[in-house]
Amino acid sequence: MRLSGTDLTCRRGGRDIFTGLNFSVASGEALMVSGRNGAGKSSLLRMIGGLLGIAEGSLDLEGGDSDLTIGEQAHYLGHQDALKPALSVAENLEFWAGFLGPVIPSRGAALAAVGLDTLADLPAGYLSAGQRRRLSLARLLAVKRPIWLLDEPASTLDAAGQRRLRDFMRSHLAAGGLIIAATHAALGIEGAQELRLDQLSPAFAQATASLGDGDALTAGEP
Amino acid sequence: MSALTAIFIRDMRMSVRVGGSALMGVLFFLVVVTLVPFALGPDLALLGRIGPAILWLAALLASLLALDRLFATDHEDGSLDLILTSRAPLELVVLAKGFAHWLTTAVPLIVAAPFVGIFLNLGFRAAAAMVLTLLVGTPALTFIGLIGAAIAVTLRRGGLLLAVLVLPLTVPVLIFGVAAANAAMTGPVPFGTPFMALCGLTLASLVVGPFAAAAALRLEIE
Repeated sequence: MRLSGTDLTCRRGGRDIFTGLNFSVASGEALMVSGRNGAGKSSLLRMIGGLLGIAEGSLDLEGGDSDLTIGEQAHYLGHQDALKPALSVAENLEFWAGFLGPVIPSRGAALAAVGLDTLADLPAGYLSAGQRRRLSLARLLAVKRPIWLLDEPASTLDAAGQRRLRDFMRSHLAAGGLIIAATHAALGIEGAQELRLDQLSPAFAQATASLGDGDALTAGEP
Repeated sequence: MSALTAIFIRDMRMSVRVGGSALMGVLFFLVVVTLVPFALGPDLALLGRIGPAILWLAALLASLLALDRLFATDHEDGSLDLILTSRAPLELVVLAKGFAHWLTTAVPLIVAAPFVGIFLNLGFRAAAAMVLTLLVGTPALTFIGLIGAAIAVTLRRGGLLLAVLVLPLTVPVLIFGVAAANAAMTGPVPFGTPFMALCGLTLASLVVGPFAAAAALRLEIE
């Protein structure tokens, strides 16, 4: 399986966020997208998930299920955790597992893997931000999807949570999965490709032109 | 279609939990109808004559009450992003959510209507007619309301816009609902004529509502 983007342009509110973006990720590979705030990291993930229209360029998936869109074969983990405070931890996971299905048999195992099995009956409204993030990670384990689109997955996670996340990502890659993650901090995946969005924004191109060639690489830094 | 069952069960659960919409709708209905005799005075003949119209108006307002949160909460906590990228057809998801909403907000109203009718001097025949017309007509209110709820999904205070958008569209339902109830009580029009028109409105809204609401959601999320 290979997911590739060719000459992608993202346009929001009539403004080009990035232009001429190319990437290619194969099974077992991870792509770490970095860039300053507003560089279009989240927009790129939403584009791949089909939540945002592609202004120019194209996205292709080789070796996937041709009846499904890329978004339908992907897990999207956004900034929000998609949890209902009135429902219990187990009910929240049960809903997403049933909705996204087909479910991997042991749903309890997914809760145990993120360390929330003892809180299964607690309403999700009482969870801390990090626990909420863990619960939404459990969704990725309960339902199998080849592509993971992770938007700042480690934010709000404690050190143990970040270790678990790294293990989940490694085993997903080992099983032939594919990960695209937008992140500021290194997630500790060896051999991951890196994609820096700063160089692709029109504002950066202007800054580069005015600075001359020598300072090109530092101009995009915040 | 396990995805649709999952979302149906989730919405049912949430609306009967604390802070859910099921109880609020029926309480609002009771309060509005109870206020009318206080405003009009103890003229039993007058109350009996306008009773069906009052009950229909109260049911219309009560069914709008919880509707603006139907998609807005899913949008705010990120659930809508996952629903949009999922394999379940959005139109059917909207239909399932609408059906769950109708069962939890409109059905309690229908059950309460004959008892509340006592305040308005409605006899047995009129109460039976009210139950029948509300049973047939309230799905139309819910499914027309879905369109407004979908259009107002990204607005913080969508309730007002929802009412402005939806109330004019519900005029035909109100006309034929009240006409059918009046026909059953006094004549001279046979009950069947307005009742069949009401059935037709409901069937049409069942088809048009989910498609229009799904289209609006796709447009709003971009």
